[in-house]
Amino acid sequence: MDFVFKNKRISGILTILPKKTVKFEDEMANYSFSPAKCMKLKLAMGYKEHRIAEPGQCSSDFCKFGLQYMFDNNLIKKEDIDALLFVSQSADYYMPPTSNIIQGHFGLKHDCLCLDINQGCAGFEIGLIQSFMLLEQPAINKVVLMNADVLSPKVSDQDRNSKPLIGDAASITIVEKSNDDTTIYANIKMDGTGAFALNIPAGGFRMPSTAETAIMEQDAVGNFRSKNNLVMQGDDVFNFVQREVPPMIEHLLKQADVDKDWADWYMFHQPNKFMLHKLADKLGVPHEKMPANIVENFGNASGVTVPTCISYNLGDVIVNGSSKLCLAGFGVGLTWSSVLVEMSHLMFNQIVEF
Amino acid sequence: MKQKIINILADLRPEFDFNEDVNFIEDGMLDSFDIISLVSDLDSTFGISIDGVDILPENFSSIAAIENLLKKNGVK
Repeated sequence: MDFVFKNKRISGILTILPKKTVKFEDEMANYSFSPAKCMKLKLAMGYKEHRIAEPGQCSSDFCKFGLQYMFDNNLIKKEDIDALLFVSQSADYYMPPTSNIIQGHFGLKHDCLCLDINQGCAGFEIGLIQSFMLLEQPAINKVVLMNADVLSPKVSDQDRNSKPLIGDAASITIVEKSNDDTTIYANIKMDGTGAFALNIPAGGFRMPSTAETAIMEQDAVGNFRSKNNLVMQGDDVFNFVQREVPPMIEHLLKQADVDKDWADWYMFHQPNKFMLHKLADKLGVPHEKMPANIVENFGNASGVTVPTCISYNLGDVIVNGSSKLCLAGFGVGLTWSSVLVEMSHLMFNQIVEF
Repeated sequence: MKQKIINILADLRPEFDFNEDVNFIEDGMLDSFDIISLVSDLDSTFGISIDGVDILPENFSSIAAIENLLKKNGVK
Protein backbone atom coordinates (compact mmCIF):
# COMPACT_ATOMS: atom_id res chain seq x y z
CA MET A 1 0.00 0.00 0.00
CA ASP A 2 1.53 3.29 -1.13
CA PHE A 3 1.22 6.68 0.55
CA VAL A 4 2.11 10.21 -0.54
CA PHE A 5 2.18 13.18 1.82
CA LYS A 6 2.80 16.89 1.30
CA ASN A 7 3.28 19.79 3.68
CA LYS A 8 4.44 17.68 6.60
CA ARG A 9 7.76 17.61 8.39
CA ILE A 10 9.65 15.88 11.14
CA SER A 11 10.84 18.68 13.39
CA GLY A 12 12.61 16.89 16.22
CA ILE A 13 13.82 13.49 17.43
CA LEU A 14 14.76 12.62 20.99
CA THR A 15 16.08 9.12 21.73
CA ILE A 16 15.98 7.93 25.33
CA LEU A 17 18.31 5.07 26.28
CA PRO A 18 18.67 3.18 29.56
CA LYS A 19 21.90 3.93 31.42
CA LYS A 20 22.58 0.25 32.06
CA THR A 21 24.95 -1.33 29.52
CA VAL A 22 25.46 -5.10 29.32
CA LYS A 23 28.34 -6.51 27.29
CA PHE A 24 28.02 -9.59 25.07
CA GLU A 25 30.86 -11.31 26.91
CA ASP A 26 29.04 -10.93 30.22
CA GLU A 27 26.16 -13.08 28.98
CA MET A 28 27.68 -15.60 26.59
CA ALA A 29 28.23 -18.27 29.27
CA ASN A 30 24.43 -18.64 29.28
CA TYR A 31 24.38 -19.77 25.65
CA SER A 32 24.81 -23.35 24.42
CA PHE A 33 27.69 -22.38 22.11
CA SER A 34 31.36 -22.83 22.97
CA PRO A 35 33.21 -19.61 23.84
CA ALA A 36 34.94 -19.70 20.44
CA LYS A 37 31.64 -20.04 18.60
CA CYS A 38 30.10 -17.29 20.73
CA MET A 39 32.87 -14.94 19.61
CA LYS A 40 32.18 -15.87 15.98
CA LEU A 41 28.52 -15.07 16.62
CA LYS A 42 29.52 -11.70 18.06
CA LEU A 43 31.73 -10.89 15.09
CA ALA A 44 29.29 -11.99 12.37
CA MET A 45 26.23 -10.35 13.90
CA GLY A 46 27.90 -7.23 15.21
CA TYR A 47 26.95 -7.77 18.87
CA LYS A 48 29.01 -5.74 21.32
CA GLU A 49 26.77 -4.40 24.06
CA HIS A 50 23.16 -3.52 24.63
CA ARG A 51 21.13 -1.20 26.82
CA ILE A 52 18.79 -2.83 29.30
CA ALA A 53 16.14 -1.19 31.49
CA GLU A 54 16.33 -1.60 35.25
CA PRO A 55 13.74 -3.91 36.86
CA GLY A 56 10.46 -2.05 37.17
CA GLN A 57 11.16 0.47 34.42
CA CYS A 58 8.41 0.39 31.79
CA SER A 59 8.25 1.78 28.27
CA SER A 60 6.03 4.62 29.46
CA ASP A 61 8.66 5.68 32.04
CA PHE A 62 11.13 6.34 29.22
CA CYS A 63 8.49 8.33 27.35
CA LYS A 64 7.61 10.37 30.43
CA PHE A 65 11.27 11.13 31.05
CA GLY A 66 11.74 12.21 27.44
CA LEU A 67 8.63 14.38 27.37
CA GLN A 68 9.58 16.05 30.66
CA TYR A 69 13.03 16.73 29.19
CA MET A 70 11.39 18.32 26.16
CA PHE A 71 9.08 20.49 28.29
CA ASP A 72 11.95 21.55 30.55
CA ASN A 73 14.09 22.51 27.55
CA ASN A 74 11.29 24.31 25.69
CA LEU A 75 11.44 21.84 22.81
CA ILE A 76 7.64 21.60 22.76
CA LYS A 77 4.74 23.21 24.61
CA LYS A 78 2.07 21.06 26.26
CA GLU A 79 -0.75 23.02 24.69
CA ASP A 80 0.61 22.42 21.17
CA ILE A 81 0.22 18.62 21.35
CA ASP A 82 -2.85 17.66 19.31
CA ALA A 83 -2.15 13.92 19.15
CA LEU A 84 -0.11 11.55 21.30
CA LEU A 85 0.82 8.24 19.66
CA PHE A 86 2.38 5.37 21.61
CA VAL A 87 3.78 2.63 19.37
CA SER A 88 4.92 -0.34 21.42
CA GLN A 89 4.62 -4.04 22.20
CA SER A 90 5.12 -3.43 25.92
CA ALA A 91 2.13 -1.44 27.14
CA ASP A 92 1.77 -0.78 30.85
CA TYR A 93 -1.62 -2.52 31.05
CA TYR A 94 -4.19 -4.34 28.92
CA MET A 95 -6.32 -1.33 29.74
CA PRO A 96 -6.23 1.67 29.79
CA PRO A 97 -4.15 2.75 26.79
CA THR A 98 -0.65 3.82 27.79
CA SER A 99 -0.98 7.00 25.70
CA ASN A 100 -3.92 8.05 27.92
CA ILE A 101 -1.84 7.41 31.04
CA ILE A 102 0.93 9.64 29.69
CA GLN A 103 -1.59 12.32 28.68
CA GLY A 104 -3.03 12.27 32.20
CA HIS A 105 0.41 12.30 33.82
CA PHE A 106 1.26 15.59 32.13
CA GLY A 107 -2.25 17.06 32.27
CA LEU A 108 -2.40 17.58 28.52
CA LYS A 109 -5.49 19.20 27.01
CA HIS A 110 -8.64 17.12 26.42
CA ASP A 111 -8.55 17.98 22.70
CA CYS A 112 -5.66 15.57 22.28
CA LEU A 113 -6.08 12.31 20.41
CA CYS A 114 -4.37 9.50 22.34
CA LEU A 115 -3.67 6.35 20.38
CA ASP A 116 -1.81 3.13 21.22
CA ILE A 117 -0.52 1.13 18.27
CA ASN A 118 0.75 -2.41 18.78
CA GLN A 119 3.66 -2.60 16.36
CA GLY A 120 7.30 -3.52 16.64
CA CYS A 121 10.18 -3.45 14.21
CA ALA A 122 8.32 -1.35 11.64
CA GLY A 123 6.80 0.81 14.37
CA PHE A 124 8.63 4.01 13.49
CA GLU A 125 7.51 3.96 9.87
CA ILE A 126 3.95 2.92 10.84
CA GLY A 127 3.90 5.70 13.44
CA LEU A 128 5.13 8.29 10.96
CA ILE A 129 2.54 7.28 8.38
CA GLN A 130 -0.21 7.45 11.02
CA SER A 131 1.06 10.87 12.12
CA PHE A 132 1.08 12.19 8.56
CA MET A 133 -2.49 10.95 8.07
CA LEU A 134 -3.65 12.65 11.29
CA LEU A 135 -2.06 15.89 10.14
CA GLU A 136 -4.44 15.92 7.17
CA GLN A 137 -7.10 16.99 9.70
CA PRO A 138 -7.59 20.74 10.28
CA ALA A 139 -7.70 20.22 14.06
CA ILE A 140 -4.30 18.53 14.23
CA ASN A 141 -1.16 20.59 13.71
CA LYS A 142 1.38 18.76 15.82
CA VAL A 143 1.73 15.06 16.63
CA VAL A 144 3.98 13.57 19.30
CA LEU A 145 5.04 10.11 18.14
CA MET A 146 6.40 7.92 20.92
CA ASN A 147 8.11 4.66 20.00
CA ALA A 148 9.06 2.63 23.04
CA ASP A 149 9.81 -0.93 24.00
CA VAL A 150 11.11 -2.61 27.12
CA LEU A 151 11.05 -6.24 26.05
CA SER A 152 14.24 -7.48 27.71
CA PRO A 153 12.29 -8.96 30.65
CA LYS A 154 10.47 -11.17 28.13
CA VAL A 155 13.64 -12.66 26.63
CA SER A 156 15.21 -15.76 28.15
CA ASP A 157 18.81 -15.35 29.31
CA GLN A 158 19.54 -18.70 27.65
CA ASP A 159 18.22 -17.77 24.21
CA ARG A 160 21.14 -16.90 21.94
CA ASN A 161 18.72 -16.16 19.08
CA SER A 162 17.30 -13.14 20.88
CA LYS A 163 19.15 -12.26 24.08
CA PRO A 164 22.36 -10.83 22.57
CA LEU A 165 20.46 -8.40 20.39
CA ILE A 166 17.55 -7.23 22.55
CA GLY A 167 17.65 -3.64 23.67
CA ASP A 168 15.29 -1.34 25.56
CA ALA A 169 14.72 2.27 24.49
CA ALA A 170 12.24 4.97 23.54
CA SER A 171 12.13 7.80 21.07
CA ILE A 172 9.92 10.84 20.76
CA THR A 173 9.45 12.37 17.34
CA ILE A 174 7.64 15.62 16.63
CA VAL A 175 5.70 15.55 13.38
CA GLU A 176 3.90 18.65 12.22
CA LYS A 177 2.35 20.59 9.39
CA SER A 178 4.73 22.59 7.24
CA ASN A 179 4.82 25.03 4.36
CA ASP A 180 7.62 22.94 2.92
CA ASP A 181 6.59 21.74 -0.54
CA THR A 182 8.68 18.55 -0.55
CA THR A 183 6.88 15.23 -0.92
CA ILE A 184 7.15 12.29 1.45
CA TYR A 185 6.67 8.82 -0.03
CA ALA A 186 5.88 5.74 2.03
CA ASN A 187 4.52 2.24 1.89
CA ILE A 188 3.34 -0.53 4.20
CA LYS A 189 2.98 -4.23 3.61
CA MET A 190 1.69 -6.90 5.99
CA ASP A 191 1.44 -10.70 6.00
CA GLY A 192 -0.39 -12.17 8.97
CA THR A 193 0.25 -15.72 7.77
CA GLY A 194 3.72 -15.20 9.28
CA ALA A 195 2.39 -13.71 12.51
CA PHE A 196 4.06 -16.28 14.75
CA ALA A 197 7.56 -15.93 13.34
CA LEU A 198 8.06 -13.49 16.22
CA ASN A 199 5.80 -13.93 19.23
CA ILE A 200 5.36 -14.25 22.97
CA PRO A 201 3.10 -17.31 23.31
CA ALA A 202 1.73 -16.75 26.82
CA GLY A 203 0.49 -13.75 28.72
CA GLY A 204 -2.47 -12.67 26.60
CA PHE A 205 -6.07 -13.84 26.75
CA ARG A 206 -5.41 -16.77 24.38
CA MET A 207 -2.85 -18.34 26.73
CA PRO A 208 -2.74 -16.65 30.14
CA SER A 209 0.51 -16.85 32.09
CA THR A 210 0.49 -19.71 34.58
CA ALA A 211 3.03 -21.75 36.50
CA GLU A 212 2.96 -24.16 33.56
CA THR A 213 3.79 -21.50 30.95
CA ALA A 214 6.80 -20.47 33.06
CA ILE A 215 8.47 -23.89 32.72
CA MET A 216 11.73 -23.62 30.78
CA GLU A 217 12.02 -25.92 27.76
CA GLN A 218 14.92 -26.64 25.41
CA ASP A 219 14.43 -26.08 21.68
CA ALA A 220 16.00 -28.09 18.85
CA VAL A 221 19.21 -26.03 18.80
CA GLY A 222 19.87 -25.81 22.53
CA ASN A 223 18.13 -22.58 23.57
CA PHE A 224 16.06 -22.60 26.75
CA ARG A 225 12.92 -20.51 27.03
CA SER A 226 9.41 -20.71 28.49
CA LYS A 227 6.11 -19.84 26.86
CA ASN A 228 6.26 -16.51 28.70
CA ASN A 229 9.37 -15.62 26.69
CA LEU A 230 9.76 -14.02 23.30
CA VAL A 231 10.50 -16.55 20.57
CA MET A 232 11.93 -15.68 17.18
CA GLN A 233 12.05 -18.12 14.28
CA GLY A 234 15.34 -16.64 13.12
CA ASP A 235 15.59 -18.46 9.79
CA ASP A 236 12.03 -17.53 8.80
CA VAL A 237 12.55 -13.89 9.74
CA PHE A 238 15.85 -13.70 7.87
CA ASN A 239 14.36 -15.20 4.72
CA PHE A 240 11.32 -12.93 4.91
CA VAL A 241 13.51 -9.83 5.19
CA GLN A 242 15.81 -10.81 2.33
CA ARG A 243 12.86 -11.71 0.11
CA GLU A 244 10.56 -8.75 0.80
CA VAL A 245 12.60 -5.71 1.80
CA PRO A 246 14.70 -5.11 -1.36
CA PRO A 247 11.66 -5.08 -3.71
CA MET A 248 9.85 -2.79 -1.27
CA ILE A 249 12.71 -0.27 -1.41
CA GLU A 250 12.96 -0.56 -5.20
CA HIS A 251 9.23 0.13 -5.42
CA LEU A 252 9.47 3.13 -3.09
CA LEU A 253 12.26 4.70 -5.13
CA LYS A 254 10.34 4.07 -8.33
CA GLN A 255 7.23 5.62 -6.80
CA ALA A 256 9.24 8.76 -6.00
CA ASP A 257 10.92 8.62 -9.41
CA VAL A 258 14.42 8.76 -7.92
CA ASP A 259 17.38 6.40 -8.02
CA LYS A 260 19.36 4.89 -5.15
CA ASP A 261 21.81 7.79 -5.08
CA TRP A 262 19.01 10.18 -4.08
CA ALA A 263 19.19 8.98 -0.48
CA ASP A 264 22.17 10.14 1.55
CA TRP A 265 21.39 7.52 4.16
CA TYR A 266 19.55 4.23 4.38
CA MET A 267 18.44 4.14 7.99
CA PHE A 268 17.09 0.63 8.44
CA HIS A 269 15.85 -1.38 11.40
CA GLN A 270 18.75 -3.03 13.22
CA PRO A 271 18.38 -6.80 13.69
CA ASN A 272 22.05 -7.62 13.10
CA LYS A 273 25.03 -6.54 11.00
CA PHE A 274 24.98 -9.63 8.77
CA MET A 275 21.38 -9.08 7.71
CA LEU A 276 21.93 -5.36 7.05
CA HIS A 277 25.04 -5.97 4.95
CA LYS A 278 23.15 -8.53 2.87
CA LEU A 279 20.35 -6.00 2.31
CA ALA A 280 22.83 -3.31 1.35
CA ASP A 281 24.58 -5.64 -1.11
CA LYS A 282 21.30 -6.70 -2.67
CA LEU A 283 20.22 -3.08 -3.07
CA GLY A 284 23.61 -1.95 -4.33
CA VAL A 285 23.98 0.51 -1.48
CA PRO A 286 27.43 1.05 0.08
CA HIS A 287 27.63 -0.35 3.62
CA GLU A 288 28.66 3.07 4.94
CA LYS A 289 25.34 4.54 3.78
CA MET A 290 23.42 1.91 5.77
CA PRO A 291 24.71 2.12 9.36
CA ALA A 292 24.69 -1.15 11.32
CA ASN A 293 26.02 0.30 14.56
CA ILE A 294 22.85 0.51 16.64
CA VAL A 295 22.42 -3.18 17.38
CA GLU A 296 26.17 -3.25 18.04
CA ASN A 297 26.21 -0.45 20.60
CA PHE A 298 22.68 -0.27 22.01
CA GLY A 299 20.76 -3.40 20.94
CA ASN A 300 17.60 -3.85 18.95
CA ALA A 301 14.73 -1.98 20.59
CA SER A 302 12.12 -2.80 17.94
CA GLY A 303 10.59 0.37 16.47
CA VAL A 304 13.11 2.60 18.26
CA THR A 305 16.12 1.43 16.24
CA VAL A 306 15.52 3.72 13.26
CA PRO A 307 15.16 6.97 15.27
CA THR A 308 18.16 5.87 17.37
CA CYS A 309 20.09 5.33 14.14
CA ILE A 310 19.18 8.86 13.02
CA SER A 311 20.04 10.46 16.37
CA TYR A 312 23.30 8.56 16.81
CA ASN A 313 24.65 8.81 13.27
CA LEU A 314 23.39 12.21 12.17
CA GLY A 315 23.01 14.29 15.34
CA ASP A 316 23.41 17.95 14.46
CA VAL A 317 23.89 17.22 10.75
CA ILE A 318 20.13 17.50 10.25
CA VAL A 319 19.80 20.27 12.83
CA ASN A 320 22.26 22.55 11.04
CA GLY A 321 21.51 21.23 7.56
CA SER A 322 19.55 18.53 5.79
CA SER A 323 19.80 14.90 4.65
CA LYS A 324 17.70 12.73 2.39
CA LEU A 325 16.74 9.52 4.12
CA CYS A 326 15.32 6.16 3.15
CA LEU A 327 13.85 4.57 6.29
CA ALA A 328 12.79 0.94 6.56
CA GLY A 329 11.41 -1.28 9.30
CA PHE A 330 10.58 -4.99 9.08
CA GLY A 331 9.61 -7.71 11.50
CA VAL A 332 6.79 -8.67 13.83
CA GLY A 333 3.42 -9.00 12.16
CA LEU A 334 4.86 -9.73 9.69
CA THR A 335 5.06 -6.07 8.76
CA TRP A 336 7.43 -4.21 6.49
CA SER A 337 7.33 -0.52 5.72
CA SER A 338 9.50 2.22 4.28
CA VAL A 339 9.55 6.02 4.08
CA LEU A 340 11.45 8.37 1.81
CA VAL A 341 11.85 11.74 3.48
CA GLU A 342 14.17 14.72 3.58
CA MET A 343 14.94 15.85 7.11
CA SER A 344 15.98 19.46 7.28
CA HIS A 345 16.85 21.81 10.13
CA LEU A 346 15.28 19.86 12.95
CA MET A 347 14.89 21.71 16.24
CA PHE A 348 16.69 18.87 17.98
CA ASN A 349 18.06 15.39 17.24
CA GLN A 350 19.80 13.91 20.21
CA ILE A 351 20.17 11.05 22.69
CA VAL A 352 19.59 11.29 26.42
CA GLU A 353 19.95 8.63 29.09
CA PHE A 354 17.35 7.65 31.70
CA MET B 1 36.71 -24.27 -5.86
CA LYS B 2 35.86 -27.59 -4.23
CA GLN B 3 39.03 -27.72 -2.14
CA LYS B 4 38.56 -24.16 -0.95
CA ILE B 5 35.02 -25.01 0.17
CA ILE B 6 36.24 -28.10 2.02
CA ASN B 7 38.96 -26.08 3.72
CA ILE B 8 36.45 -23.47 4.89
CA LEU B 9 34.07 -26.17 6.20
CA ALA B 10 36.90 -27.99 7.96
CA ASP B 11 37.94 -24.78 9.65
CA LEU B 12 34.36 -24.07 10.68
CA ARG B 13 33.55 -27.52 12.08
CA PRO B 14 36.85 -29.46 12.39
CA GLU B 15 35.14 -32.36 14.15
CA PHE B 16 33.41 -33.47 10.93
CA ASP B 17 34.64 -34.97 7.64
CA PHE B 18 33.04 -32.94 4.89
CA ASN B 19 34.39 -35.27 2.20
CA GLU B 20 31.75 -37.81 3.17
CA ASP B 21 28.70 -38.21 0.98
CA VAL B 22 26.18 -37.01 3.59
CA ASN B 23 23.63 -34.25 4.00
CA PHE B 24 25.38 -31.58 6.09
CA ILE B 25 22.09 -30.15 7.37
CA GLU B 26 20.08 -33.32 8.04
CA ASP B 27 23.11 -34.97 9.66
CA GLY B 28 23.57 -32.03 12.02
CA MET B 29 27.00 -30.98 10.75
CA LEU B 30 25.91 -27.37 10.11
CA ASP B 31 23.38 -25.37 12.11
CA SER B 32 21.81 -22.09 11.04
CA PHE B 33 24.56 -20.03 12.62
CA ASP B 34 27.23 -22.19 10.93
CA ILE B 35 25.57 -21.26 7.64
CA ILE B 36 25.95 -17.55 8.43
CA SER B 37 29.62 -18.05 9.29
CA LEU B 38 30.05 -20.11 6.14
CA VAL B 39 28.44 -17.40 3.99
CA SER B 40 30.73 -14.76 5.50
CA ASP B 41 33.78 -16.93 4.77
CA LEU B 42 32.65 -17.80 1.24
CA ASP B 43 31.93 -14.12 0.52
CA SER B 44 35.40 -13.03 1.59
CA THR B 45 37.24 -16.00 0.02
CA PHE B 46 35.60 -15.69 -3.40
CA GLY B 47 35.09 -11.90 -3.39
CA ILE B 48 31.31 -12.09 -3.77
CA SER B 49 28.17 -11.38 -1.78
CA ILE B 50 25.89 -14.40 -1.81
CA ASP B 51 22.34 -13.21 -2.39
CA GLY B 52 20.37 -13.15 0.86
CA VAL B 53 17.44 -15.00 -0.73
CA ASP B 54 19.79 -17.91 -1.46
CA ILE B 55 20.76 -18.39 2.18
CA LEU B 56 18.58 -21.46 2.59
CA PRO B 57 19.64 -24.73 4.26
CA GLU B 58 19.26 -26.76 1.06
CA ASN B 59 21.95 -24.66 -0.62
CA PHE B 60 24.47 -25.75 2.01
CA SER B 61 23.57 -29.44 2.29
CA SER B 62 26.54 -30.78 0.27
CA ILE B 63 29.72 -29.70 -1.48
CA ALA B 64 27.87 -29.89 -4.80
CA ALA B 65 25.07 -27.66 -3.51
CA ILE B 66 27.56 -25.07 -2.29
CA GLU B 67 29.41 -25.20 -5.63
CA ASN B 68 26.13 -24.58 -7.47
CA LEU B 69 25.36 -21.68 -5.17
CA LEU B 70 28.75 -20.09 -5.79
CA LYS B 71 28.38 -20.53 -9.57
CA LYS B 72 24.95 -18.88 -9.37
CA ASN B 73 26.57 -15.97 -7.55
CA GLY B 74 29.25 -15.46 -10.17
CA VAL B 75 32.15 -17.71 -9.14
CA LYS B 76 33.71 -19.53 -12.11
